[in-house]
Amino acid sequence: MGFREYRVGSILFGVALSTSMMITIYFPGLDISSVSSTSVALEKQLTYGKTSAFDYGDLFLHGDDKPIKVTLKKDPATGAAIDEVSAYVFKPGTSLPSGLVHKHILGAAVQALSASLGKTGQVSEEKGGVFLVRSSIKDGVETPYIEFATATRGWSVNATLAAADQKILAGSGKTMFIREGCWWCHTLLPEGTHDWQSFGRPPVLGDFNGESPTAFGSDRKAPDLLHVGSRNSSREWMTLHFFNPRLVQPHSIMPRYDYLWGPKDANGKKIDLKKWDEEFDAYREGDRIYPPEVPEPPADSEARMLIDFALNLK
Amino acid sequence: MLKYLFAKEEDIPGGTTSLFFGFSCIMWFIVGTGLGSFNAAKLAFPDWFTHYYALQFGHMRQVHVHTVIFGWITGAFAMSAMYIVPALGNTKLWSEKLGVWNCMSWNVGLMLALSTLWFGMTSGREYSDFIWPIDLYIALCMVAPLFVNTFMTVINRRTQGIYTTNWFFVGSFFMLIVVFLVGNMPEFLHLTGLNEALMTWWFAHNVLGLLITPVAAAITYYIVPKVTGNPLYSHRVGHLHFWSIVVFYSTPAAHHIMSSPLPEWLKSFASVEGVLILVPAVAYVCNILLTMQGKWAMFVENIELKYTITGVLLAIPLNMQGGFQQTRAINWYVHGTGWIVAHAHLALLGFSTFAEAAAVYYGMQTLLRRKLYSLSLANFHFWMLLVGFSLYWVSMTIAGLIQGAGKIYEVPYLDIVIAEHPYMIVRWIGGTLVFMGNIVWLWNMYMTAKHGEKIPHGILPHEVAYVR
Repeated sequence: MGFREYRVGSILFGVALSTSMMITIYFPGLDISSVSSTSVALEKQLTYGKTSAFDYGDLFLHGDDKPIKVTLKKDPATGAAIDEVSAYVFKPGTSLPSGLVHKHILGAAVQALSASLGKTGQVSEEKGGVFLVRSSIKDGVETPYIEFATATRGWSVNATLAAADQKILAGSGKTMFIREGCWWCHTLLPEGTHDWQSFGRPPVLGDFNGESPTAFGSDRKAPDLLHVGSRNSSREWMTLHFFNPRLVQPHSIMPRYDYLWGPKDANGKKIDLKKWDEEFDAYREGDRIYPPEVPEPPADSEARMLIDFALNLK
Repeated sequence: MLKYLFAKEEDIPGGTTSLFFGFSCIMWFIVGTGLGSFNAAKLAFPDWFTHYYALQFGHMRQVHVHTVIFGWITGAFAMSAMYIVPALGNTKLWSEKLGVWNCMSWNVGLMLALSTLWFGMTSGREYSDFIWPIDLYIALCMVAPLFVNTFMTVINRRTQGIYTTNWFFVGSFFMLIVVFLVGNMPEFLHLTGLNEALMTWWFAHNVLGLLITPVAAAITYYIVPKVTGNPLYSHRVGHLHFWSIVVFYSTPAAHHIMSSPLPEWLKSFASVEGVLILVPAVAYVCNILLTMQGKWAMFVENIELKYTITGVLLAIPLNMQGGFQQTRAINWYVHGTGWIVAHAHLALLGFSTFAEAAAVYYGMQTLLRRKLYSLSLANFHFWMLLVGFSLYWVSMTIAGLIQGAGKIYEVPYLDIVIAEHPYMIVRWIGGTLVFMGNIVWLWNMYMTAKHGEKIPHGILPHEVAYVR
């Protein structure tokens, strides 16, 4: 019978669907893309790298191909003491975040400052480098920008890592946060209407530029984590809580993440989860006074990455 | 199934595709609800099955979601399309061979997709969690052949007009391809930031709004007139339904992230469009319920109508919730709580599952030309679904209201978790009932295929349902 008598209908169908996509994707896209980054967005891009999900550099989501955040108390090039500063180290070959690759991610003002003062035009993925988030005040308006410290201050990747006071694997940690599905319960989005007291400042429009994926979650079965590192900065508490949440919150329904420790603890001792369980059950039954000792996660373990990510959420 | 993959088109009996899709969608339904029940158990009893990477709630949660969406619901849509579209065109399916291949690519693809997701390979975007090679596979190897087959069947029909149901089938499968290719652009093109968030929810909204809601409705447009013998109350209201779905349902994606810092104009626009979803919703529900005029006894007597009309009645609270819960006045209270989880299950496990189950029951009997092996077991399945779903929906709605109150009064979070715990247990019981009911269903269908009583030609299954 053909489709001829439905020609008008088919055309209208196409028009309706295209108009709908124009209004709900293209126009908002233009609007969102014109927003200038805040310093939060710059820090997030430099901490998490190109993406925290499936990508060529990290096919199985092991947290590979991510930058390392370090805190410095001395200048890596000269060795002189400086005020404590966070730097973001991209080893050679580490994928760069969108904001360093494309010109239209950071917003016009931030992009201009990053190129002029920050010399980000000299960045190359093969060589890697060290980055800082800085800001400049002009006419009373503060504008954040990215500084390519390898070009401006001569901070090399190796010297910066050697001089680092603390290495924070929050970039790899966000991959764990995504892979382990933490965001099915913990949102990263305090709501403007009522979450200020408990969970802190809600994010603003420019806080997301270049972040991939945003993964702020939709179903909050647990506390919001956007500022968890400001509420609770205890690494010990986080370690206990990830290993078995019931150690510190008897009524918690969070899963245990003890398998992220790997087979051995930080001292090379084998972790026996079964024995730990029996001892923990004995403790819960009141047969033991103290719960069993929680092993210290190895420096390269997935547990450590996840803990770093949580503590870094300020 | 394998013997038909390389058979000649004319050697494949009509309805083969539909039957294959039918059995595979029931099996995926069992897997999906089993995972759902297991997940619910993990939320109620967190120390159950620990230490295993693959059995963590965070890994399994989305596998449950995608198994029921693409294995059960979309699989059941494919099953229904493969027999309803030819029936309404008074012709046979354009290509049974393409259909059989489609069914195979569907199951293979789903197994690949779910296992990669299960073992942690994710795009980190809710509802579009599959990694982009899988997204491409779904669009091009799973949905596109389905669209081509239904579209070509409609083109080659032997009737004058195109019935409402077929508009929905063809339109929705086409839109599903568009939604997959456009909605996953953040992955294909590495779009970032709020653009990515908006696209994520554009996909999530439209994969439900342009596929599940309209196609489930399309099925009821077929089943109700067919089984009651009444003509559809109004073809014109059916058209209002179709066009308002395309215009109003495709636009409010941003109302899913009302609490994010998106541009305010977009949130207001999405919210208004969200209320306008009531236009197709009211048109649809009225149309179907008015078609039942004079035949309401069949709601009780006939198993297919029992399912269908229950689904349609569940669409009333579904749309009332859906239309209003996304407005700012209500959203701030219920956003991100169990209320939304209950609403999602009302749409998928309530409205659409009941409609599809009817289509699968009816189609299997028609295509096999066999009566149901056991009407009692079908009724048992119905009540397991309905009671299980109701327990789930009521408990999660209450839990959601508790969470909402806890949220606005800033109650320490752990107190909310403690208050919710009884409802978490009820939700697990409800989900388990659904799971067990589905096992009974599969057995009933298998026995129907093997030992069901033959239906004589020229007679519809429901006409002989009570004949011994």
